[in-house]
Amino acid sequence: MMKEELETTNRPDNTAFTQQRLPAWQPMLSAGIVIPGFVLIGLAFIGIGVGLFITSQNITVLEKDYTGVETTSDCYKCSNPSDKNCTCKLEFSLSNLFEGPVFFYYGLSNYFQSQRSYGASKDEYQLSGDLDYFKTPVSACSPYQYDANQKPIVPCGSLANSMFNDTFKLYQIVNGTKKLVPFDGKGIAWWTDYNIKYRNPSVTPLKNAFNGTVKPSFWSKPAYELDTSDPSNNGFVNQDFLVWMRRAALPDFRKLYRRITEGDYASGLPAGNYSLEIAYNYPVLSFGGRKKVVFSNVSWMGGKNQFLGIAYLVVGSLCVVMSMVMLIVYAKFKFPEDD
Amino acid sequence: MLRRRLNRLFGRDERRVDSRTIYVGHRPCPATDAFIPPKFCDNRIVSSKYTVWNFLPKNLFEQFRRIANFYFLIIFLVQVIVDTPTSPVTSGLPLFFVITVTAIKQGYEDWLRHKADNEVNKYLVTVLEDGRRARKESEKIKVGDVVEVVEDETFPCDLILLQSSREDETCFVTTASLDGESNHKTHYTVPDTEKGLESLSATVECEQPQPDLYKFVGRMHIYKNDQEPAVRSLGPENLLLKGATLKNTQKIYGVAVYSGMETKMALNYQGKSQKRSVVEKSINAFLLVYLCILVSKALVCTTLKYVWQSQPGQEEPWYNQKTQKEKDANLYLNMFTDFLSFMVLFNFIIPVSMYVTVEMQKFLGSFFISWDKDFFDPEIQEGALVNTSDLNEELGQVEYVFTDKTGTLTQNSMEFIECCIDGFQYKNRDSSTELDGFCVTDGPVSMLQQKAGREEEELFLRALCLCHTVQVKESTGQEDGVGDQVDGVLGLDGEMVHPAELRGFIASSPDEVALVKGAMKYGFTFLGMESKNMRVMNRDKDVETYELLHVLNFDPVRRRMSVIVRSKCGDIMLFCKGADSSIFPRVRQEEVDRIRMHVERNATEGYRTLCVAYKLLSSEEYAQADAGLREARLALDDREAKLMAVYNQVETGMSLIGATAVEDRLQEEAAETMEALQRAGMKVWVLTGDKMETAKSTCYACRLFQRGTELLELTVRTLEDGGRRREERLHEVLLDYHKRSVQDPPPVKTRVTRSWTSAKQDYGFIIDGATLSLLFNSSPDSSHYKSLFLQICQNCTTVLCCRMAPLQKAQIVNMVKNSKGSPITLSIGDGANDVSMILEAHIGIGIKGKEGRQAVRNSDYAIPKLKHLKKLLLGHGHLYYVRIAHLVQYFFYKNLCFILPQFLYQFFCGSSQQPLYDAAYLTMYNICFTSMPILAYSLLEQHICMEVLMSNATLYRDVAKNAMLRWSPFLYWTLLGVYQGLLFFFGVRFLFSNPALQDNGQVFGNWSYGTIVFTVLVFTVTLKLAMDTRHWTWINHFVIWGSLAFYMFFSFFWGGIIWPFLRQQRLYFVFANMLRSVSAWLVIILLVLLSLLPEILLLVLRKPRWPHSRQPSEDRLLQTSRSLPSRPCPTST
Repeated sequence: MMKEELETTNRPDNTAFTQQRLPAWQPMLSAGIVIPGFVLIGLAFIGIGVGLFITSQNITVLEKDYTGVETTSDCYKCSNPSDKNCTCKLEFSLSNLFEGPVFFYYGLSNYFQSQRSYGASKDEYQLSGDLDYFKTPVSACSPYQYDANQKPIVPCGSLANSMFNDTFKLYQIVNGTKKLVPFDGKGIAWWTDYNIKYRNPSVTPLKNAFNGTVKPSFWSKPAYELDTSDPSNNGFVNQDFLVWMRRAALPDFRKLYRRITEGDYASGLPAGNYSLEIAYNYPVLSFGGRKKVVFSNVSWMGGKNQFLGIAYLVVGSLCVVMSMVMLIVYAKFKFPEDD
Repeated sequence: MLRRRLNRLFGRDERRVDSRTIYVGHRPCPATDAFIPPKFCDNRIVSSKYTVWNFLPKNLFEQFRRIANFYFLIIFLVQVIVDTPTSPVTSGLPLFFVITVTAIKQGYEDWLRHKADNEVNKYLVTVLEDGRRARKESEKIKVGDVVEVVEDETFPCDLILLQSSREDETCFVTTASLDGESNHKTHYTVPDTEKGLESLSATVECEQPQPDLYKFVGRMHIYKNDQEPAVRSLGPENLLLKGATLKNTQKIYGVAVYSGMETKMALNYQGKSQKRSVVEKSINAFLLVYLCILVSKALVCTTLKYVWQSQPGQEEPWYNQKTQKEKDANLYLNMFTDFLSFMVLFNFIIPVSMYVTVEMQKFLGSFFISWDKDFFDPEIQEGALVNTSDLNEELGQVEYVFTDKTGTLTQNSMEFIECCIDGFQYKNRDSSTELDGFCVTDGPVSMLQQKAGREEEELFLRALCLCHTVQVKESTGQEDGVGDQVDGVLGLDGEMVHPAELRGFIASSPDEVALVKGAMKYGFTFLGMESKNMRVMNRDKDVETYELLHVLNFDPVRRRMSVIVRSKCGDIMLFCKGADSSIFPRVRQEEVDRIRMHVERNATEGYRTLCVAYKLLSSEEYAQADAGLREARLALDDREAKLMAVYNQVETGMSLIGATAVEDRLQEEAAETMEALQRAGMKVWVLTGDKMETAKSTCYACRLFQRGTELLELTVRTLEDGGRRREERLHEVLLDYHKRSVQDPPPVKTRVTRSWTSAKQDYGFIIDGATLSLLFNSSPDSSHYKSLFLQICQNCTTVLCCRMAPLQKAQIVNMVKNSKGSPITLSIGDGANDVSMILEAHIGIGIKGKEGRQAVRNSDYAIPKLKHLKKLLLGHGHLYYVRIAHLVQYFFYKNLCFILPQFLYQFFCGSSQQPLYDAAYLTMYNICFTSMPILAYSLLEQHICMEVLMSNATLYRDVAKNAMLRWSPFLYWTLLGVYQGLLFFFGVRFLFSNPALQDNGQVFGNWSYGTIVFTVLVFTVTLKLAMDTRHWTWINHFVIWGSLAFYMFFSFFWGGIIWPFLRQQRLYFVFANMLRSVSAWLVIILLVLLSLLPEILLLVLRKPRWPHSRQPSEDRLLQTSRSLPSRPCPTST
């Protein structure tokens, strides 16, 4: 009895798994599959590429540098950092209709929002409205944690402190008179940032929550006065603030400033002369940076980007060429066909 | 204290002296003036490695000596000390886990060793102290104590046998646990010490401890009251070794001569050292390369950072000012910490998880070997056994196979097949079970045609009955286990002859038993010894007695043994049996001619042949021989040489009476297995203790030697031809062979051609133990000849080493192992005499044979039969090698293209150690997203199915010499990793030249960037593995698609919730937003395809050489011969 038991325990299980005989699919890449496959993929890619390319071509972009490096530029006068509250003008004309909706971006270059210490220098608990962190901001915010009087800075940290503070007004010159082009400041930040991730403390009026704190040193006004006209765009949920707080990946970046969707300009900017009035506050020359504004319309693929279309075209034609080469190789050397 | 130290000093001095003196029973002897009890070590055996106190530091030290562990420790410490981009938990936790598990495992193993040590050390033994018997713990035995051992006990230390309870002053021991020989060996007491152990006053003078189990020289001075001290010589037959077991003897007394760690057993104890596979060595080499890559990356980044910062305005832009602390810090210190931070950031390039995965793969993979039902042997009801899982892949890399002969190639069940008496052949016509072939009780022996005279017949049979050292195990029905104790060769046939009496024979070799049993079948039965009288029952059922005068023991150089007996009627006869080569020169030539033909025919049939000769001694001759033998036995120096001289002198002028043939049957499929191994490019060396002729015939039978094989012999015989000094002759022969086999052969150097069909001359090399020791131990310039020897051997398809001592086997293995290119060696054997070579070789394989379990216990893998070796190597070994090689390369590759974008990102973030990926991705990449597919691959992949691998042995050559882990494949994988890493990063970089990627015009930030790169990465490396997978079981499907699905699911989940325990919700809705962008989708598809494109092209253009499906092999062979047109074999079939 014992012996029999021993026998059964000693004998290896005869299952497909233990005997390494699981049924298996053994794929074979044969010419008959690969060549048509390549042709199909190639054609599909070329198709997508053409679509992308045309789409991208149809996007109109207007880029204007307003750093004021060139002495001819109107903004040259403002490039001196000691000059406060300087405004300058940027004038341009459109010969055709700039189709809408038009998106208005500001762009910075040689600006490293992607630096680690810079990106880490914020307090997300504070920004989600936790009042405890209004009094003691996280130490990562240093040197913008406390001011010289040891008062907590809200919102703390380099990232918030360096918020972009140039403001723009666009006028269409119609018959010599300036007609304000209305800007839409909503919907420029991620929906989740605006609605969930960033929260104002639930104190009314908002100002009271900031008692005992000071504004970031670079800011001209405290957070609760970012947009006094609209409480839902004030404080930490101010969309300009949210756009700034989402760090750019690369040192040359653009961020959405406004959309032009209203009034006469809902279908785009008509041909004509325009004047952009810039409140020039943001210093970039100290680190060799540049500032620019960008008007652009977008498609289903986003802003203008030639890369994707070209890449698809190249890879697609590469695939087709490869399949041709393979066809020749197979035909010439007559590889034994797999069965 | 000082004295002890002095003593120790003296002790050390004493060690240098050739001999030690032991006072039996610690009694001072009259002859010595001052009695200083000499100091010897105590009798404690220590095999454990750690104590409770030193376990933690010592174990940790040993673990951190592993380069990988040390590296991870450093990274962890850096993360703790320096402000780094990732938290110390990411590397600390896995490291802690690995270290703890290893420590627990090693601690447990050491605890087992402690337990075993204690069992031995605390064992109670009986010691005679001043005439009283005292029980003592074994570890307290001192050298000089007189120890009592009873039957079936093991000896607690090395003892000189003083007194035995047996009448004939002998005792029996088995040394199964020492050298594995399970037969009973006879040991003798020292004469004249029989009585009065209490009053015995004697000293033993013997050599210092040395590990050779079979060598012992000493002498004993016995002091009697006022006589001259009597001197008795001591040899190995007087020495009882620790670890051996007393058998068949009620009790013995002996004096301890070597104790504790100085016993021969302890000196022979060869710790099973950790064997490491070539793959592990490759991993370490690759690791170093990656370490260099890592360090250079960190250096580049640090340099860049400071170069960049030195530009105006970049040192500290107004938007990102430094804290006071940073400003105060030393510049160089800052540089250093920056360097370390970069190291930490990039450290994922060498992941802990690779080690965990490799270990898991090995551990789990080894189950497939023990589960394989093809390895199951219904006879012994066992399958394969895996003792170590570290060497699975090494099985696919074997270049040299060292095999034992007896019990491995052959079955080690000896059977008396036929004999030849006076030139007439006597053969059992039917199978041995049928007794009709033998006229057992009446009439003459059956024969084929004619028969020799009755007298010759009887003389021959008597010789068989007398000339041996077999003992009869009398068993009185009660002992049922008798069969197990006698070599498994039980006198069952004897039962048929004498049903009343169960008879077992005990002998040092199964041949002897076979011979005695053979004689029994022909009517002459050996009944046993009765105080120096051998009793033989002849055909007429009469009992003849012969007085045994001398046994001229067998030794491998003489290759014969003799006995001198005196018959009832006073005739003194010498019977001698031995190898034909050693007998023929010593008998008359005309007798030889009649028998030689039979012997040679038998030998080529694979039988073990022995010749039997005899000689009548006149009383003068005997007296002379007797005196010579006695004198030689007492000699303290050169005893063996002197004995040999006397033996040779006595064993001359004999007359040949016949020859015997004993069959040792081949193992099942031995020839097919050997052939397959050779075709797979392995060189098979047969290392045997057996004699040349038999071994040669076995080699022929196993098809290791073919008919066309040219044999190069290098044996004692070839050396004696020239009449010159042996060494000179040796060198001359070596040079000649070297010229023939190494320099001359046609310059076809391809390894493919050296198969059985090739036109190249095959060489076989034969060397014997004596010549080998001559080669190894001779003159100082022998190293040149040694290398000559090695070169010859390496050019031969088969090398046969016969008459090898166990240690010589290991020596050979060691020589090959350390030769140029350090080839992978495999030893396979079944007996304890193979243990040394099993331990020495890279892979040791034990056969679960008849000779005990010693080999199995010391092996790395144990299989029931030799034939299983084929599947183990060609099937499992090949697959495991491919699997693990792919695993290792893939791991390095996937981490290179994982970290390269992170490195490149440093150029776009001001070299500020900004991680490209979120911490969760960094940690999970190796643990969750990409680990399971490769693990499944490395366990289940069969790029070529098992049957094809087995039927096409040449496939084994494809992976020979670590082909998949050399630098060129490594470079290929590395370049692939670099290509893909560059593609991932710059593809997304160009996409992000306009970060407005959504149709609502909103822009993406840095985490979106990282997430897109990471998504491309996970898909690419997983699909790359999918492309490499040739064997898709449902498990592969499940883990590959499951991993990708899990990644998607995890990313949604991770970004879908505000995690309360996280300070920064970096990835909040990043992944979901990414999926909303068409451009992101398009770029992911584009980059994945573009990354895999070169691989797909290669896959298509490189015609797979081997179909993977299970189909008959004929057309495949045709196909390969077609696809290998460069095969330079002009006359191949």
